[in-house]
Amino acid sequence: MTDASKTDAPDTDERVKEMSSFRRSLIRPELGGMVGTIAVFVFFLLFAFDSGMFNSQGVMNWSIVSAQFMIIAVGACLLMIAGEFDLSVGSMIGFAGMMIAVFGVVLGWPMWITIIITFAICIAIGAVNGYIVVKTGLPSFIVTLAFLFILRGFTIYIPQTLENKTIIGGIRDAAEGDWLGAIFGGKIGGGLFEMLGNAGVIATFERGSRMGEPVVDGIPMMIIWAIALIVFGHVLLTKTRFGNWIFAAGGDSEAARNSGVPVNRVKILMFMFTAFCATVFATCQVMEFGSAGADRGLLKEFEAIIAVVIGGALLTGGYGSVLGAALGALIFGVVQQGLFFAGVESSLFRVFLGLILLGAVILNTYIRRMITGER
Amino acid sequence: MKNLITSLVIGAAVLTAPVAATAAGHSELKYVLVSHAPDSDSWWNTIKNGIALAGEQMGVEVEYRNPPTGDIADMARIIEQAAASAPDGIITTLADFDVLAGPIRAAVDQGIDVIIMNTGTPEQAREVGALMYVGQPEYDAGLAAGIRAKGEGVTNFLCVNHAIQQPTVGERCRGYADGLGVELGNSMMDSGTDPAEIKNKVLAYLSANPDVDGILTLGPVSADPTIAALQENGMAGDIHFGTFDLGEEIVNGIKDGTIAWGIDQQPFLQAYMPVVILTNWDRYGVLPGNNINSGPGFVTANGLTKVEEFAGEYR
Repeated sequence: MTDASKTDAPDTDERVKEMSSFRRSLIRPELGGMVGTIAVFVFFLLFAFDSGMFNSQGVMNWSIVSAQFMIIAVGACLLMIAGEFDLSVGSMIGFAGMMIAVFGVVLGWPMWITIIITFAICIAIGAVNGYIVVKTGLPSFIVTLAFLFILRGFTIYIPQTLENKTIIGGIRDAAEGDWLGAIFGGKIGGGLFEMLGNAGVIATFERGSRMGEPVVDGIPMMIIWAIALIVFGHVLLTKTRFGNWIFAAGGDSEAARNSGVPVNRVKILMFMFTAFCATVFATCQVMEFGSAGADRGLLKEFEAIIAVVIGGALLTGGYGSVLGAALGALIFGVVQQGLFFAGVESSLFRVFLGLILLGAVILNTYIRRMITGER
Repeated sequence: MKNLITSLVIGAAVLTAPVAATAAGHSELKYVLVSHAPDSDSWWNTIKNGIALAGEQMGVEVEYRNPPTGDIADMARIIEQAAASAPDGIITTLADFDVLAGPIRAAVDQGIDVIIMNTGTPEQAREVGALMYVGQPEYDAGLAAGIRAKGEGVTNFLCVNHAIQQPTVGERCRGYADGLGVELGNSMMDSGTDPAEIKNKVLAYLSANPDVDGILTLGPVSADPTIAALQENGMAGDIHFGTFDLGEEIVNGIKDGTIAWGIDQQPFLQAYMPVVILTNWDRYGVLPGNNINSGPGFVTANGLTKVEEFAGEYR
């Protein structure tokens, strides 16, 4: 009798619903993001194909804008899955950039020390954010909103007090030849692009000191950082025990705590990671542009949250995907720059963004119900 | 799924309308104007009208682009984007030389003609390889305002700065202080851009500093709430009040005596002239030999009719 039942049903479990492998591979949190990405690219291929959007310069343009969104979206995504928000991301970007300018230019410290100290300060502020949220039980919405103002205020006050101005330049000169500066502000693959330029695959400059050089002369480190952070975030979330803790902390923190998940530690670490991502964004930006301004990063926190939500994460936590957030960021970047290429009146960008957000959220809700089986 | 498709279709309909409209024109030349102004800054409406009129008269296509939040780093991306779409010319402001010089120089090297308008200096325009600069040198305009205000009896002033993040705009306050011959000190106020906040900050400053006898505002964003503040505390017409730029409220203020004068940098010219110059340069190869100063021009209660008629539209 026991033998018979074993042979009849070797590996099946009546609690697990049967699902075809096709359906299982299709129905994922990222599905909405994938559908949206395809739709957006089809749209712009139809309406902006010959506008320069898909030549080397155009591709680099929307890639780097998307990469910017991706860097902050990865942090925002993990934090949101852990059940919290960080509204101070945009102010943190401005603040981190200004710290680099103050230490590196005004005080004249070596760039690598400057960058390391800036990271330490910003991650510490992230930890303070997390600590206050965890200890007081206040909504992170309010706590980080406070830091949105505090950091923005300092970003304006510090350079005004020290230098009597709100934009500090000269960072590029200060970072010249610095090894850590190059990791954020450099470009790689220069030789390859030069070859492509010589072969006539991509356009070259027609005049000036850079005549004959390709118009795109390498892949900026910003894009490499974006890819690295996405891979890190995805592996952390889906392949490790810590990833399960993130989901648990955001899904039902009380239940997670009772089953031994260090919820507080997870949340504080995620706030620190979000601050880290914002600082990466800021460092890449000041290294590329050579100046830090008090208005940098305005509203970036919402852009990060929008990318994450387009990518299928749930605002209330416990559900989401880093790959989805990355696709959300890609959609955001392609639409923002693509509308310029398509020659659309720029004030319509917000209309379009709103429509995408609404469409994505509705679609994602259906996909989530399919996955989780909730009604 | 269906919802996404529906929303995309709606989006496509919204998008194709303006695309179709521009494609229908008989234009051969295409120019892009890139500004640093956030969507909320209504002053730039005059610029939009200026390029629309110039485009219509010259028979060319001119597009207006700006970073929605006013983030200069985003503006650099827009200039790179504009260069990638290969227009015949780019008209742009130089709000932060460090950030924008690279992208502008790359566009110039790519073979695109560039004119710097509004923000920047003639020297910086030359340095990035632009054809010319069309605008009002900020410090000089502030200095002229300060000298004039000194003659009109101002000794102690408040400068209401609604754009503290833009150093070039702050130069107006510095020039004004130098024109008066006093230290800038704490006279420059970071007012923010919210009208109610500006109004209350001005009220608070004036009651805390009763010896202030002159106010300078840097545009409609700070001038309109300041007018309201002065009307509330009864100092309207009593305290000397000068402002940069014009707008409907400012014109009314000049008329009823609240404002002594408005400094018109004539934004219309900053938008209109570059389009005309670029078109003639591309068509016939002719180019004026110098930069163009669009301002400063002092607008007082005399001769307000034209200003009033076109305030917010072309003035």
